[in-house]
Amino acid sequence: MIDGGWIIDHLDVIFGRAVQHLYLSAIAVAVGFVISFALAVWSIRRRAVYGPIVGVAGILYTIPSLALFPILVGITGLSDLTAEVPLVLYSLLIFIRNIVAGFDGVPSEILEAANGIGYTRRDRFWQVEVPLAIPLIVAGIRLASVSTIGLVTITGILGDRFGGLGFFIFEGYRHGFPTELFTGGLASILLAILVDRLLVVAQRRLTPWTRTDRSAAGQTATDSARAAGA
Amino acid sequence: MDLIAGIARWFLDPAHWQGSAGVPTRVGEHVLLCAVALLIAALIGLPAGIYVGHTGRGANLAVNLANLGRALPTLAVMGIVVPVTATIDPQLGFKVYPALIGLVILAIPPILVNAYAAISGVDRDTVEAGRGMGMRPRELLARVEVPIALPVIVGGIRSAAAQIIATATLAAIFGGPGLGRYLVEGYAQLDYPMMFAGVILVGVVFVAEEATFALIQRRLTSPGVLQVRAEDLARMEARLGAGSGG
Repeated sequence: MIDGGWIIDHLDVIFGRAVQHLYLSAIAVAVGFVISFALAVWSIRRRAVYGPIVGVAGILYTIPSLALFPILVGITGLSDLTAEVPLVLYSLLIFIRNIVAGFDGVPSEILEAANGIGYTRRDRFWQVEVPLAIPLIVAGIRLASVSTIGLVTITGILGDRFGGLGFFIFEGYRHGFPTELFTGGLASILLAILVDRLLVVAQRRLTPWTRTDRSAAGQTATDSARAAGA
Repeated sequence: MDLIAGIARWFLDPAHWQGSAGVPTRVGEHVLLCAVALLIAALIGLPAGIYVGHTGRGANLAVNLANLGRALPTLAVMGIVVPVTATIDPQLGFKVYPALIGLVILAIPPILVNAYAAISGVDRDTVEAGRGMGMRPRELLARVEVPIALPVIVGGIRSAAAQIIATATLAAIFGGPGLGRYLVEGYAQLDYPMMFAGVILVGVVFVAEEATFALIQRRLTSPGVLQVRAEDLARMEARLGAGSGG
């Protein structure tokens, strides 16, 4: 069922598609994060805008990606933007929720203590609030990255120059060639798991103070449950 | 404006409401596919999540498995399943099973994690009170823990359903049933009204699902739980950080 020769012959193509997959994902996650961070900070300063922002992001999130990528073709033509715009839009809901939850979790006593010590508002934000919000922000980056890597496979619907590793899924199906389907599917899964693991390590490195073994499982469950509340 | 008129014309065309490619058939297929996937995922995720939450055993494993499941790209899972089921069952396998398996894997993590977090998050004092009244572990679970945790547990099923409905469109990539057919065929024929009609119909199914679950969540909240002081509930929610989806 699996043609090992095909895989060995195509290792360079597979590697190239993996690079494309990471490149499309990384741009979307970076741009999505910057936009979301600005919107999240705005939401924290002006609570009234949070509902509408999350509402719009939530509506965008429910549009099937199988439709949104093709719809973009009518607007952007076929370019990297055709893939990137939907990828960024889909990341907003995950990011904004997690960033706002991160800042909301900073205890008010700590903010008052910072005020008492004489922090300016800007210093308090960057030196007190942001570090304390980092665990949930990084959890958001992790979720958004994994979700984006999954969505990049679907960009293969746009044609052969897209899709990252998902390209092999579309081509393998078209040719009725199981080896290519397995290759595309397994490689996409490996890439997602690899990035997820790397971000877990990054999360621990960035926030060593949150890592106590007893609460680790509970914390992850709490983060996951929070994130799961779509 | 042409597009909006085109979409309206698409919906008004009686031909689009009949036969195997008609709206009622496609909506029916879509809802059935989603419902079966959700049911299978709940049959796996709920007992596992409740067991782990009740006993505290295997919490790390369950959470790690759920996170792993969340990392799996659904299209990739479907792509791997396609050749396997095509070999086993050339007739049906190619069409339904890949989508079904992909959707089940997508739906298990939110269901499992919410069930686990909800049960393990029930106030220990409340559980102790039940134990003090002479309840055995099974009674505690059925009469104290599950009723209190139920709104959050259902919230997990609801967010799984919400994710499934949009993702089920991927079935059409592999010739499967449901509303995704309008998207795939619409793009292949550059028939934008058909594509947008597909998007609108997915939205309608999604809104119907949300309304149904909102109703279920309200019905299932135990009257006793409603009497718990509001601040207790707020504290529980904050502690769980659990998405009740509403």
